[in-house]
Amino acid sequence: MRPAFIAGVGNTPFGRLEGRDALDLMAAAASAALEDAGRPRAVIDGVLCGYATTTPHLMLSTLFCERAGIRPAYAHAMQLGGATGGAMIMLARELVRAGRCENVLVVAGENRATGQARDSSIQTLAQVGDADFEVPYGASVPAYYALLAARYMHETGLTEADLAGFAVLMRRHAATHPDAHLREPITIEDVLASKPIASPLKLLDCCPISDGAMALVVSATPAADAAIAIRGAGQGHRHQHLSAIEDTTNYGARDSSRRAFAEAGLAPADIDLLGIYDSFTITLAILLEETGFAPRGGCARRLRAGDFALDGPLPLNTHGGLLSFGHCGVAGGMAHAVEAFRQLAGRAGDRQLPGRRRAFVHADGGVMSSHVSLVLAREEP
Amino acid sequence: MTAVHSAALPFVEGLARREVRYQACTACGHAQTLARHACSRCGATALEWRRASGRGTVYSRTEVMRAPSPAWRALVPYTIVIVELEEGPRLMGHGAPGLAIGDPVEAGFFEFEGRTLLRFSPPGGDA
Repeated sequence: MRPAFIAGVGNTPFGRLEGRDALDLMAAAASAALEDAGRPRAVIDGVLCGYATTTPHLMLSTLFCERAGIRPAYAHAMQLGGATGGAMIMLARELVRAGRCENVLVVAGENRATGQARDSSIQTLAQVGDADFEVPYGASVPAYYALLAARYMHETGLTEADLAGFAVLMRRHAATHPDAHLREPITIEDVLASKPIASPLKLLDCCPISDGAMALVVSATPAADAAIAIRGAGQGHRHQHLSAIEDTTNYGARDSSRRAFAEAGLAPADIDLLGIYDSFTITLAILLEETGFAPRGGCARRLRAGDFALDGPLPLNTHGGLLSFGHCGVAGGMAHAVEAFRQLAGRAGDRQLPGRRRAFVHADGGVMSSHVSLVLAREEP
Repeated sequence: MTAVHSAALPFVEGLARREVRYQACTACGHAQTLARHACSRCGATALEWRRASGRGTVYSRTEVMRAPSPAWRALVPYTIVIVELEEGPRLMGHGAPGLAIGDPVEAGFFEFEGRTLLRFSPPGGDA
């Protein structure tokens, strides 16, 4: 099969963007991505869009295409929680590799912060829990992840201060990105002293709820100045609900990452840039260990050694991640891939890191329920 | 009391009678978590509901300070636990304050918004 490339990306700022609905945000990101890719709308023959909880439409992709002036030969929306963006990029790649499409626009956006009341958002998200066994107990997504965290910390010795270090790192990276939601520097003490949400998680262990959108173009033809290929992709789905998790050494990310690396013909040691889903600090810690970028219980040691910093060997979420760049649903989980593309392609502006060639990107949905891993590589001409 | 999903009806009806029930596979005997349409170990679809002793061990726990709705906010802080029943399956429930991972517990029941729900406490304590 022929290779598939990311040809261009675009985004809106993340934060509170009053007066713009999901389609406004999606259209803005899509226009930016088309411009970045240097492609007119007419060449887009595939459209994949993520769901938006504020716009629960039956055919969001068609609605989006009508508004955006696109008439694709293939289009639909997808729903896989936080893994939706990764899954859309993976599918866009398959559509290109199979010859079904030449240029697939992948887009998602949502006014999750300003488009609904905070309680409403929290209750919608809590429905990833089981309606009869879990949701009736007054649990929320932070409470599910708190239960996950308490068990993982019990088994591995990871501490609350270890987790706090990841929140600090994400904030430091977000400070370098003008479009990030949260840019004020924080310290480990700030995280530990922040408002308790569900022990052991505090407010600053949790991502914010943001408005925003992300888009990218997956194509058979690379960008003119940089060939950034999606070299490997893999998924893993082992449970939906927290109660049903059987193996805390493989929530599904081990499966998905091994599949992606096998397809790419690469290993974690070949990677020099990371974009890892970080809805909570514990999410990031577990995923780093499970996907092979730190030994079990060892992610905080690598963090303290500076390995994940901008000047380290494995810069992590250089845009600030969900924890600080922000989380508006599907687009929040696409931001890691968008940033990885920019760094590999030399389009990261003031944030540009020297010499990055291979990125690993991972997204998870639900309660570590659905996993998508991607390996991106800069191909030399 | 009505279950949201029909597969869970025997469990929810059990709670209303103050019984803890779990699903077991009649082919391989596996006792499984939640209500499913097939055995998570062998794939057989002949499943039955059994009554659990109600005894188990705390697998994880959290104290919730930020509740998802006004009704729950009135109860903050509350403890949510995942308990591994001695028969094997895991169940979410409320827990007595101060429970730690590994503590032995037994099931009790409470009523909230028209449902009977689980509350786990140390054995012999007030359930």
